[in-house]
Amino acid sequence: MNDFSYSRPTTTTEAIQTLLSHPDALYLAGGTNVIDHLKLGVVTPSQLVDIRHLGLDKISTDAQSVTIGAGATNSAAAYHHEIQTHFPALAEAILAGASPQLRNVATTGGNLLQKTRCTYFRDIHSACNKRQPGSGCAALEGFNRSHAILGTSDACIATHPSDMAVALTALEAVIHIQDQSVVRTVPIEAFYVSYGEDPAKENVLKPGDLIVAIEIPRTAWAGHSRYVKARDRSSYEFALASAAVAVDVDAGKIRNCRIALGGVATKPWRAHAAEAALVGQSATPVAFRAAAEAELASAKAQKENGFKIELCKRVMVKALQEAAEMRRA
Amino acid sequence: MDNFEEQGKGGEGVSRRGLLGAAITGGAGAALAPLLGNRAAAAVPASSPSAPPASSAAGMTLHVNGQAHWVEIEPRVTLVDALRDHLGMYGTKKGCDHGQCGACTVLINGVRVNSCLTLAAMHTNEEITTIEGLADGDRLHPVQEAFIEHDGFQCGYCTPGQICSAVGLIHEGHTKTDDQIREGMAGNICRCGAYSNIVDAVKKAMKVS
Repeated sequence: MNDFSYSRPTTTTEAIQTLLSHPDALYLAGGTNVIDHLKLGVVTPSQLVDIRHLGLDKISTDAQSVTIGAGATNSAAAYHHEIQTHFPALAEAILAGASPQLRNVATTGGNLLQKTRCTYFRDIHSACNKRQPGSGCAALEGFNRSHAILGTSDACIATHPSDMAVALTALEAVIHIQDQSVVRTVPIEAFYVSYGEDPAKENVLKPGDLIVAIEIPRTAWAGHSRYVKARDRSSYEFALASAAVAVDVDAGKIRNCRIALGGVATKPWRAHAAEAALVGQSATPVAFRAAAEAELASAKAQKENGFKIELCKRVMVKALQEAAEMRRA
Repeated sequence: MDNFEEQGKGGEGVSRRGLLGAAITGGAGAALAPLLGNRAAAAVPASSPSAPPASSAAGMTLHVNGQAHWVEIEPRVTLVDALRDHLGMYGTKKGCDHGQCGACTVLINGVRVNSCLTLAAMHTNEEITTIEGLADGDRLHPVQEAFIEHDGFQCGYCTPGQICSAVGLIHEGHTKTDDQIREGMAGNICRCGAYSNIVDAVKKAMKVS
């Protein structure tokens, strides 16, 4: 681990100023991702700015939405009564990720910025366009069983690892971001950018930007939501494929639905094609399967991960069936 | 595994087996820790004059098992390394060092965390509890008792983390069934595979806690 200094600001303004005046500093919240990367040499900051003392850990509710402070732990969010009751897919997704020890310190803001688990990103001796732009992508011809089938490019095929962000994408969360002068809001789908030419750029954050909260709107479908995750072990493992779905079913017909996929794409993947295929249809396994086929039509398999295409379809169908059952119950 | 013990400073004359015994019996470990802590803290090398002041070793107080410990450490020192290398508390084990195995689990303000993925400097105003701090004098913690009663270990390396994790799990209060215990203890890997006995031990401890 490289040497670095440590500071503990008490206001968001102070934290942002510190980042702006030290371009190679990093924010430190739960630390479960950053400290791992420090040990691997993936990041080498000059300073860590501890943002756990800025009062950003509150979870508040009103008639329109639930707002989770960026500093609230994953556990605090997952076990919050309002979230468990009205946004079940979010609670399920958080509890499907990591371990209790990690969830007890990892924050919701940090979870949004989790880095990929691609072996080559985590090995500083390998070519990786995400870690070192222009160095190439060792995964294209290497071990790529766990890699993405949606949203890839010739520069990068790494998956986004978060479960929580997949549920937030289906629930159309809005990210509150503070800079030097204002707090702006960005819908989660616009927060994550497509890889394009630069896989190192994963989101719209600018230097010094601080995520302060995540707001989730109440909708007719959020309460009937499920998160289904397939992985190599029954617990404590990243997704091979996952789906967060929320449905509004009336008299057997799908009035509205939201679907997002995890473990298969370079960012939390909003499944617009599947949603379009479902609205107005009867909530049947045949319709669910047709929607999954529509979404995965653009999937591109690598040497070792072709199985993910069928796995992802089945995970989507299972999640849709379970969410539709909730509606009837 | 032996090299993990050798990394520690100030562990003179204390065998790994003896330390493991102290970790499980608790009382002896708690008595040993402050003694080693003083020696280890004095052994920390002074920072180089050319080092940037903000990142060099800084003095801070860590509250561990009800005692305040003055240490001089760099910001990059993780909590598990501070406990083992600077305070001489070898009960907390270093396994994977990347938050994947749970051997380093301790309680911070009563909440279970991986001490390898957090910096000691982040916890100067918090109460840290390690395996050495669970027993009440010579009386073992109910979770320690239950692990002995149900043989919840084989080699014992993961045991301090398993026990601290189980204490945290019971305190969290979300767990009732065997399946929930398995899921709730998923962050603690046991290479010997003592899982079924660990589930029995946690179940027993939940009843008496």
